Amino acid sequence: MTDDLQAAVAAGVFGAEEDYRALLHSVVEVARAIFRAKASSIFLLDAQADELVFEAVAGEGADTLVGKRFPSSTGIAGWVLVTGQPLVIEDVAADPRFGRDAAESTGFVPKGLMAVPLLHEERSLGVLEVLDRPKDSRFTLAEMELLTLFANQAAIALDLLQRARRAQSVLRGEGQAAVLARLAAKLEERADDGALRFLQVLEELL
Amino acid sequence: MTSEEELPAWSLPADAIDKITLPTRWPERVTREWAWGGSTGKAVRVCVLDSGVEPGHPGVGDLTNAVAIKVRDGETIVEEDNEGDLCGHGTACAGIIRELAPECELHSVRVLGAGFTGSGAALLAGLRWSIEHGFDVINMSLSTTKQKFAELLHELADDAYFKRTMLIASAHNMPVESYPWKFSSVISVGSHELADPFTFFYNPNPPVEFFARGYNLDIAWVGGGRLRATGNSFATPHIAGIAALILGKHPELTPFQLKSVLHLTATNVGGNE
Repeated sequence: MTDDLQAAVAAGVFGAEEDYRALLHSVVEVARAIFRAKASSIFLLDAQADELVFEAVAGEGADTLVGKRFPSSTGIAGWVLVTGQPLVIEDVAADPRFGRDAAESTGFVPKGLMAVPLLHEERSLGVLEVLDRPKDSRFTLAEMELLTLFANQAAIALDLLQRARRAQSVLRGEGQAAVLARLAAKLEERADDGALRFLQVLEELL
Repeated sequence: MTSEEELPAWSLPADAIDKITLPTRWPERVTREWAWGGSTGKAVRVCVLDSGVEPGHPGVGDLTNAVAIKVRDGETIVEEDNEGDLCGHGTACAGIIRELAPECELHSVRVLGAGFTGSGAALLAGLRWSIEHGFDVINMSLSTTKQKFAELLHELADDAYFKRTMLIASAHNMPVESYPWKFSSVISVGSHELADPFTFFYNPNPPVEFFARGYNLDIAWVGGGRLRATGNSFATPHIAGIAALILGKHPELTPFQLKSVLHLTATNVGGNE
């Protein structure tokens, strides 16, 4: 209960999710621009379903991919999530399974990808991928470092999004936190402060 | 490759001194020729703890054994692995080791595939199983950030160290604590950008101890093919392959001694002499 209440308070208001989504989208847009890539995406781990979900996509697949799911421990993204190791692969089409899966789910078969785990504190939250950098760009280990820096930012945004969602589910529920939150929301709407005074007396009594 | 004869463990009485006579006298200058010249890694047992290895891949050759590790209700289940490689990465690591140590024994221990949720437990169980099976070298291009696994991993890493199993693990530069690469009983590996597979550097500023080739590599991948890749996780099997060569020639070396030989033969130490 205390944790739930904290989550609810930490996440603030009902509208927070949209802002965090926008932040994630901005991360993938900037990642795509910096690496001059065709696409960039963030996968969120859905721990309950044990699946990776496309959470934000820039470039190819932006209209169709968000919300698509796949197993959390297979394929390149699954490997990166489980092992915590960044990976850069070129010519991924040479991997028959990858090509087929990508074509089926996205209609877009990338040639190369960079994938980096999104880690926050001790939790693995998901994976950031950058797909198809231009052919003439010479990839270096320094770029890998840059991607890692980006991943930190994305991990924080992803953490905030998860908190917001957790808070929403708490606030929509029937628990004490939900009642308190609804009460607080109603107080905000009321012009008079009689109800507030009543609650202050109640607080003192408690 | 443990010694048959029981050695003094906790103290050294005067009459036991001759029992710890070392079988090999190291030369004044340890060269690569002394360390692994003429070695193919023959009879050295190398374990790839990863996503599985594709059987019959031309870049990997014979796989001595392949198992999959799963954990159900706290019980470790070890099954013969018929699924091959669920990512491609394990095949890549096995291929790199095979390239450097063509006659070593390669074993695949797959700790991936049962979902993310169970992956930490599978990693631990797989590592424990591999240490119990006495491999000479374990290649781990993986790590965990879970604090609850850190202590157990530390114990396992020390256990391996004293059982003469060299754990070689990928370092990473994420802003979070991760294990086991940071433990001093393992060899941790980062990447350099040079093309020679035998170029490796000792890092005088640990925790990353060695840098090996990990950039723009031509690697084996699933489907019998090859592709180009970059990552510390590919630098790690380079050191594993070189370790297999050294152990092929000097099977008596302990992990401490093996690490010393790697230091003395590193490109920036004495490797070019």
